[in-house]
Amino acid sequence: MATVSADTPGFWNETRRFTRFLAGEMKPRGRILTPFNVITIAIMVVAAVILYIRFTQGLGSVTNLSQEVPWGLWIGFDVITGVAFAGGAYVLTFVVYILNVEKYQPIVRATVLNGFLAYVFYAGALLLDLGRPWNVINPIIGNSFGVSSVLFLVAWHFLLYMTAELLEFAPAIAEWAGWPRLRRWLNRLTLGAVIFGITLSTLHQSGLGALYMMARDKVHPLWYSEFIPIMFFVSSIFAGLSMVIFEGSITHRVFHHRVGRDLERSHDGIVQGLARICAGTLFVYLFLQLLVFVHGQKWEYLTTGWGSWYLLEVIGFVALPSWLFLHGVARKSSRVIRTAAALTLVGIVLNRLNISVIAFKWYLPVRYVPSWQEIVVTLAVLSAEIWVFRWVVNRMPVLDSAHVRADVGERIERAPASAA
Amino acid sequence: MRRRSAVKTLALAAGSTLVGRNLAQARAPSPKTDLAAATGSRAILVDTTKCIGCRMCERACAEANGLPEPAKSVESGTVRITSESQWTVVNRYETENGPVNVKRQCMHCLQPACTSACLTKAMYKTGEGPVIWRGDKCMGCRFCMLSCPFDIPKFEYHSANPRIQKCQMCFDRLKDGGMPACVSVCPVNATSYGTRTEMLELAWSRVYGEPDKYVHHVYGEDEAGGTGLLYLASVPFEQLGFRTDLSQTPYPTFTRDFLYAVPFVLTLFPPFLLAVSKATAGNRQQDSEG
Repeated sequence: MATVSADTPGFWNETRRFTRFLAGEMKPRGRILTPFNVITIAIMVVAAVILYIRFTQGLGSVTNLSQEVPWGLWIGFDVITGVAFAGGAYVLTFVVYILNVEKYQPIVRATVLNGFLAYVFYAGALLLDLGRPWNVINPIIGNSFGVSSVLFLVAWHFLLYMTAELLEFAPAIAEWAGWPRLRRWLNRLTLGAVIFGITLSTLHQSGLGALYMMARDKVHPLWYSEFIPIMFFVSSIFAGLSMVIFEGSITHRVFHHRVGRDLERSHDGIVQGLARICAGTLFVYLFLQLLVFVHGQKWEYLTTGWGSWYLLEVIGFVALPSWLFLHGVARKSSRVIRTAAALTLVGIVLNRLNISVIAFKWYLPVRYVPSWQEIVVTLAVLSAEIWVFRWVVNRMPVLDSAHVRADVGERIERAPASAA
Repeated sequence: MRRRSAVKTLALAAGSTLVGRNLAQARAPSPKTDLAAATGSRAILVDTTKCIGCRMCERACAEANGLPEPAKSVESGTVRITSESQWTVVNRYETENGPVNVKRQCMHCLQPACTSACLTKAMYKTGEGPVIWRGDKCMGCRFCMLSCPFDIPKFEYHSANPRIQKCQMCFDRLKDGGMPACVSVCPVNATSYGTRTEMLELAWSRVYGEPDKYVHHVYGEDEAGGTGLLYLASVPFEQLGFRTDLSQTPYPTFTRDFLYAVPFVLTLFPPFLLAVSKATAGNRQQDSEG
């Protein structure tokens, strides 16, 4: 009892302090009327109107979805492509926390934050696409478990993975809020969250591909194979890392004032290391593509228009960037590496959209083309994510890796003498 | 610290094994129950050689299910598909044997793609055979539409409270001992209703009775692993708008391998990752000292 009464005023003082602190942090920093802000606000306002129409008059009022094509841009791009782009978080946490390669530590927080926000906003996009979103709790609260469904697995994994990524990022929040005891406690959860997160990522990155296993008669044979889940998993590695490289080069410039000394010094080395991993996994992926192609005896399709489209994807956006990454590493050229990353990202967009939209029901006389409303909502989701990312990066210790030194210090302190 | 990690891993592994086992049980219907479902479940046999294309079944269907009345006249030569407001359609095809009328609706597969795609069990295969939709569970993700090899489930795109619409084989009438509305109203007995075994026997006895009249194929006996709708015809089925390139394997099988891998990954990855992390822990200290 005595401890409670002694703690209570402290707790209230702390709550008051944090509320004031949060109110201060909520204020915008820097100029408000920048071109980026004006454009994204316009997009988000238009999207809000579109979504009002969508929820009052049905999906058909703003999308070009049909009885033949039930999944369009919102699933094919926002969810399926977006989650592949967010793969960097599980790959990097694997390298840093499982393989214990210290070198990449300075970019872990930014990558995990990006991954977390990507999942939050893409899961949000999934809700926009649901016809009866009020029933979304059914597969979660357990009154209706459709465990034979791949989508059940994917939905649960999204939810659990978001939790894991939040835990991985939580120490940064605790540092920002000034709660050192909570931070130490959260730090101890990191390895568990990382292990859980990598396991979940393996399954749902491939699971997104497994969604199309029963649509085997609807996806063009050049893109359909029973190996789609494996291909999705392998490609999520270089998709995620290319995003880290690409996004890192932008973040580095835009948030230059927030970048810490460690990251400043090691950035080029990190990018080259990531480029090596990308080149390697791209090559593995290219080989898998070839294997599936030969195994499926798909030669006859090569001479068709779909064949050229397929070759463009595989040669132009898998083989070429794989070579460019190697070239960039050999020349130590960040510019070449960035180009390779950009090409890789385009290739992932092509691949995911080919399976989910472009080569889906390729035999239909009337093809699905997304409506402008679908595109605006997609851009709005992206804008909202960037806004939140910017808010966090400008306030929390994300790009400054002072925390890394604190971490290492702590670990050395606690390490047994024999190991040292 | 180390002991605590070991306990954590054990708990994780135990937890995922439990989950894994439950999932595996739920996912693997034993061959025995499959057989029971196949023999006991109800089916409809459509004999396209008998159908005169009067479309009384279309009207009976609309009446029984509270759907808008189908259009009185239909432009000849167009192929209509079922829609969110019409669960069954009769199309006329010009063939080498003259015009043939084909009634289409949900095929009520023995192991439906749609029900195994559904993450809320809103699409549900009843023990009696019909595949029904339950609105209180459905979240409108439309994965059933993506998965169905026959493209049957339809979605109300222009509603704020959209439903999935498709033939339910008049499940409510069946429960009361009745028969589907479309079958009961057919004036020329082009449709028959009974257990699937009876319908298969009836189908093949017709084929064997008049071997020159029928093609020797009962559509739906093996397609998609067997369906609750069976078809007889005098011309090859591809001439009547049927997909004949469908797999004879039940569609849920195509995701089964992936789903079986889930408990393995969930069980094996965490201890492996933890072990690697502990084994490489030296890297970090050396790096930071160097």
